[in-house]
Amino acid sequence: MDEMPFTAASFDKFCSEKKLMASRCKKCGAIWLPPRPLCLKCKGGDMEWVELKGKGKIVSFTAIGVGAPTMIEAGYDRQHPYCAGVIELEEGCRMNAQIVGVDVEHPENIKIGTPVTVDFLERGSFSLVPAIANVNKTYAIFRAS
Amino acid sequence: MNKRKLGRGVAVVGAGMSKYGVRTGVSNREMFVEAFKHMMASVDRGVDPKDIEANYVGCCGAWNWESQAGIGKWCTDWAGLVPIPSTTVDNACASASVAIRQGIIGIASGLYDIVLAGGVEKMSTLPTNETTLVLATGADMAWETYAGFTFPGLYATMATAYMNEYGTTSEDLMAVAIKNHDNGVLNPMAQFGQTIRDVMNARIAKAKEKGQPVPSWADEMEFLHDSAFNPVVAWPLKLFDCCPITDGAACVLLVAEEIAKDFTDTPIYIIGTGQASGGALHDRESLTSIPAAQIAARQAYEMAGVSPQDIKIAEVHDCFTIAEVMAISDIGFFKPGKEAATAAAEGKTHRDGVKPINTSGGLKSKGHPVGATGAGMVVEIFEQMKGHAGPRQVPIDANLTLTHNVGAHGTTVVVQIYERR
Ligand SMILES: [Zn+2]
Repeated sequence: MDEMPFTAASFDKFCSEKKLMASRCKKCGAIWLPPRPLCLKCKGGDMEWVELKGKGKIVSFTAIGVGAPTMIEAGYDRQHPYCAGVIELEEGCRMNAQIVGVDVEHPENIKIGTPVTVDFLERGSFSLVPAIANVNKTYAIFRAS
Repeated sequence: MNKRKLGRGVAVVGAGMSKYGVRTGVSNREMFVEAFKHMMASVDRGVDPKDIEANYVGCCGAWNWESQAGIGKWCTDWAGLVPIPSTTVDNACASASVAIRQGIIGIASGLYDIVLAGGVEKMSTLPTNETTLVLATGADMAWETYAGFTFPGLYATMATAYMNEYGTTSEDLMAVAIKNHDNGVLNPMAQFGQTIRDVMNARIAKAKEKGQPVPSWADEMEFLHDSAFNPVVAWPLKLFDCCPITDGAACVLLVAEEIAKDFTDTPIYIIGTGQASGGALHDRESLTSIPAAQIAARQAYEMAGVSPQDIKIAEVHDCFTIAEVMAISDIGFFKPGKEAATAAAEGKTHRDGVKPINTSGGLKSKGHPVGATGAGMVVEIFEQMKGHAGPRQVPIDANLTLTHNVGAHGTTVVVQIYERR
């Protein structure tokens, strides 16, 4: 597994295999999600892939009524908002992701700290460049558990 | 970190802006010329354009909104300043402040004596959903937009965290919007010529005219609670929590301190400048402040040798109401939490309050042409410090002031401090 470069493309590939993968610094053990090729903590550059358990909690969130084009195409609008937020994984690292399984039409009922579990979803990509816009890929999302 | 000083002093002796708003049929370079002419007219003893040695232009989306790369060069050309060096600067919504800072550094280094710096942004050309995506490009397209975050969504996530931690309410945020609209109505260059009460009364008048049921809002707060007129954009932020989409340009004339009095008896000296970068939301320990703003503010205060208590007024980055609440604590004016969140509701940040904030109307009402915004802030500070702000002139002597300009949701922040001696 170590031969995969520490890139967004590798992360996406792992997602398509339903694995949530981060990079870990071999020198100091820090875990980076999104995966980074350089460790921010010790500045070391020798990394390895590590699979996360995919369990975490909501740090903060929003319910978006006016979304980016990809989300509008997916059927979201003012009447059908989607929840996006910051998730902290049990391993201590964080990522931004769509959150499902919450009362998105009544966001005042959604609680910071709600436990979530990773799930995977195929959707078009976000870009203004036509050649790379709306290319289907697998996204890591989180489901309230 | 060493205390840094400029190699030599720099002053603002001219500042001008185009009218902000939806400027259909007017391009970036044309708005820049409007701002340039307005700036030239503001230099008390005038300046010969031939003496301007360099131009720094902030812009972050001309490639998207106008299909034009290197827009700064064309602004320099249309202002009649070719062949002086022209540099286009992109740091998202902090582009113009970074451009001004580059101009300051150019003069402080001794390379130039007289520099033009500012910014432009033409934003109204695309449909709203595409502009939503262009604005999201200011954030991390790889790992923030990944979540479906729009730009309002990023600030909304910070607002959720802020409200959860401090018990801040929607009404606290609405008071920021009401205050900034009250100021903007007095600014002839602002996008909105209406207070929120004016907007409400116009809706009532329209309903009466059309024979529809007349809404019974008691005041603007009740109006802002009506989701039919103030719908959620990204919960908890609603339409009136968000700044508009704006076309506009602004620029300032920077000169070396030793020649400043050749242009005016009242130069506005830049005595402190700070700039810092920040990471994406997931890389921040706190979502209730903007770390880069606190660092940039500390640098500016240390260079200037003044404290937050000394500053009379400030223009801060209120792209969303929650952004102003975070800004006024990040620059040390109010404690984070209840004190910062209720400052507008309690009148502390009004024009006649203890710390007038965004007397121009702020981004909320004056408008937010992203690449020009930092220069637009200096235009207001310049006019207030020279006593030229007309009906929005603050009742105190604004001899020491501050600007706080945020790129994206805190990935770049520039804080600068200005003194009139
Ligand atoms: Zn390390």
